[in-house]
Parts: sequence; structure tokens; C-alpha cells
Amino acid sequence: MAQLLEAYQFTFMKNALVAVLLVTPMLGLLGTMAVNHQMAFFSDALGHSALTGIGLGIVLGLRSDLLAMLVFGVVWAVMICLIKQSGSASTDTIISVFSSTSVAAGLLILARGGQFAKYSSLLIGDILAVTPADLVVLSVALAVTVLVWILLYNPLLLTSVDPFLARSRGIRTRLVECAFVVLVAVAVMLSIRWVGVMLINALLILPAAAGRNLARSSRQHAVWSVAIALFSGVVGLTASYWLDTSAGATIVLVSALLYALSLFLRSVRK
Amino acid sequence: MLHHCDLCHIDLDRISVRRGGQTLLQDVSMHIHCGQLTVLIGQNGAGKTTLIKALLGQLPHSGTIRHVDSRGLDIPHLRTGYVPQVLQFDRAMPLTVEDYLAAALSKRPVWTGVGRKTRARVAQALADVDAAELAPRPLGRCSGGELQRVLLALALVPAPDLLVLDEPVSGIDRNGLKMFLETLMDLRATRHMALLLVSHDLRFVREYADHVVLLEKNVLSQGTPGEVFASPEFAAVFGSGEEEEDA
Repeated sequence: MAQLLEAYQFTFMKNALVAVLLVTPMLGLLGTMAVNHQMAFFSDALGHSALTGIGLGIVLGLRSDLLAMLVFGVVWAVMICLIKQSGSASTDTIISVFSSTSVAAGLLILARGGQFAKYSSLLIGDILAVTPADLVVLSVALAVTVLVWILLYNPLLLTSVDPFLARSRGIRTRLVECAFVVLVAVAVMLSIRWVGVMLINALLILPAAAGRNLARSSRQHAVWSVAIALFSGVVGLTASYWLDTSAGATIVLVSALLYALSLFLRSVRK
Repeated sequence: MLHHCDLCHIDLDRISVRRGGQTLLQDVSMHIHCGQLTVLIGQNGAGKTTLIKALLGQLPHSGTIRHVDSRGLDIPHLRTGYVPQVLQFDRAMPLTVEDYLAAALSKRPVWTGVGRKTRARVAQALADVDAAELAPRPLGRCSGGELQRVLLALALVPAPDLLVLDEPVSGIDRNGLKMFLETLMDLRATRHMALLLVSHDLRFVREYADHVVLLEKNVLSQGTPGEVFASPEFAAVFGSGEEEEDA
């Protein structure tokens, strides 16, 4: 055990651990509703849009990548939400159109003149590069997420079961859905530098999907999802140090193993 | 115990709904009385669900909907309860019946658990529709009849002035249907509310309805079941003798 903890004698590993303890429960909590609301594809596409956000930030001369990603991610999420609610085409088609367009636009800008190598870390993330200042941002993000989640959860739950019935009880379902999408967009954009475009969706969806296999109630779903996210995060980060592998990828693989285990347990319980 | 107040009613005056250049409802006028079961009948596409949506404030319409007391004075607010035909949801969602009702009755997010007071309110709401045992059951594992009782329990809290049920008896087995109808009749007798129900089951309408409205974009005929079923408009829509069959 002491040998395992040896990894955390280094400051970069300590910072990374704190980042994991902040990011994984935030995504685990939001993931429960992303899964219930059948938004896995949406959040995947949202992650991809980070590339366009950074690209546009460069074109517009913004100094902060994070600000560019946040603004673009939120605008992009609201646009999808509004088009989805207008009912003009099926949701997966809309998301696919947005996703491919944003990836193409992002790559077009970032890869100009063979410059993409500079941004390739964005694809797989680099949680070992987290600084104390980043941790402050993540702490605020987690606190805000939990606060908004407290206000939003019940109306969103009723909306995901039956939107018309929810509206008949005075819930502004469109506003609630858009607010949720914006919240996911902010959480994803704040975490993406550390987890990576390719893996962010796995951290949002896998723990919640595994939790869903084990839970019977909303509370159990939240508890399982956050617990699985935290466990995967800590075990994955520690293992990545000893195996000398990518931290994000190792965390996601641990989540995937737990998902497989949850599937097995569900089938046994039936 | 009995709250018959036939003078307190919901007054629909020339309700029209137009969407995308089409007229879905044209000058529908009717009264829905407190303590009575009013049933909307008509063929598919007659505008029954449209009228319900307008009543629930979900669809823009012209004309007026007033809630009027026994002296003919306006009651400012019309509280509606709604029971949909079916609940099409993801049955694998980890969500108990208690979670679902608690989410509607309390501000505390149900992922943090259900408080003692809310738990008691949910238990009472379920007991009122003879479904107390369903509280801990996952919503996705309820049968059609059980789900309708849960939805009815939800619609009754807070107590509505008008309870709207959109074909609630379709897809329920015989036992479930009998229990559901008995609960409805009990509500009619003991609660201070008006009941509006959409039904295709003409035998049920003849047996239980106090007032029947035959709709075909506008009101073709309305009155007691006997009056409406004997009308030429009814024969024109359903054909004579078809009332013996479930339409």
C-alpha cells in the first residue's frame, strides 16, 4: 500500500489527484441524467466541439483557450437544444451534423500550416499538468454544478419521464432542458484539457451507465455513479503512474471494467 | 361527504384552435360541471386531445375558458390535474414510484433522498388511489393499471379543480380497469372537482358518464349518454348499433 502511495510524493501527482477528486464526481453526477435523458451522443459531440472553440478563439484573437471553449460550447449546446426542440429533424441527425461540422471547422483552423501537433494534447488530455490555479477553477465548477443540480434535478427528472405531463404541472421543460445542456457544456469544457476530447464522454457516461445497472432509485443511481467515477479516477491515476500509461485512458479503462462488472451483476440479479 | 355542486363549473366558450393553416377545433362551447363525469367522444382526429391541450394551457387558442363559482362569479385560477393515456418512458431508468411523486411534490432533489414529510405525502397520495404498496417499486416495473394509478395519484396532488384523463383505460387488464373505474367513481362522489375524460369505450361511457360531448372539430351533440347516443349525429359518426361494440 505504502508503495502504491509512493506515486503521490510528487506535487504533479498530488495536483492530479485533487483534479480527479473534483472532475470525476462532477461528471458522475451530471452523467446520471445524461444517460437517463439519452444524451450520450450529444455529450460526445459536445466534447468534439472544444476543438472548434479553441480554433475560433485563435481566429478571434482571444488570449484564453478556456474562455473560447466555454463560450463556443455553451452557444453550440443551446443551438442544438433549440433545433432539437423545434422538431425539424431527428435528434441524432442534428447532433451528427453539428458534431462533424464542428470537428471539421476545428481541425481546419488548428491544423493550418501543419500546426496541429501543438494542440494534440487536447485530444488525450494531460491531467499531470494541472496547476493549483486550475484546481481553484475546478473547485468552483464543482460547487456551482452541485448548486445548479440541486435546483434543476426534479424538474429535469419529470421532463425526462414525460415532457407533456411535466408541462401540465407548470414545469418549463424547454428552459430546464437547455439549462441542463448548458451545465453539461460548462462541465465538459472545464474538464476537457485534463481528460481529453477523445475520452471526456466516457467519463461522463460510463460511471452513470454502470450505476444505472446497479441502482433501483434516483439516490442509488447518484451514489453508485459518483462512487464508480471516484474509484475509477483514483485507481486509474495511480495505475497510470506505475504502468507509465496515459492517465485519462487508464481511468476510462477502469470505468469500462466496472461497467462490464455492473452488467454481469445485473444479469445475475435478474 | 358528498360535494355535489352542479353550479360550480368550467365554462368553455367558442374555443378554436388553428395550426399550420388547419382548423383543429372550431367554436367549441361546453360546460364541465363539478361533481360530474364529462366524457369526450369522437373519432380519431376529431380534436379531443387538442381540446385537452388547450384546456391545460399547452396550446394557443381563441375563445375563453372560465372557472365559474355557484354565483356565476369568476374564480381566478383553474387548477388542473392531468392523467395521460400512456407514459412512454425509459423503463430501465432507476426511479421508484416514490422518487417520481416526490420529484413533483417537493423541491428537495430526489438524488439526495426523500424527506420524511414528503414521504408521508407520497404515501397518502398513493393510499388515496389504493396504491400504497407501489411506493418502493421501480416505475418501469409497474403494470399498465398500476402506472395509471400512480399517474392518478400524481394528478390529484395538489387537489385539482378539473381532473383531465386522456383515455386512461386503454391498455389495462380487466381487474386493473375495474379498480381504476371504482376509484374514479369514488372521486366523483367525494371530491370537489370536475372530471373530464376522453374515451373510445362507448359501453363505459353509457354506464358511467353524467354528460357526454360528441366532438368532430366542433360539438356535434351533447347531453346525457341517452340523449347523445340517440342523436342522428351519433349515428352519423359511429353508425347505428355500434354502441354495443367498443369503438
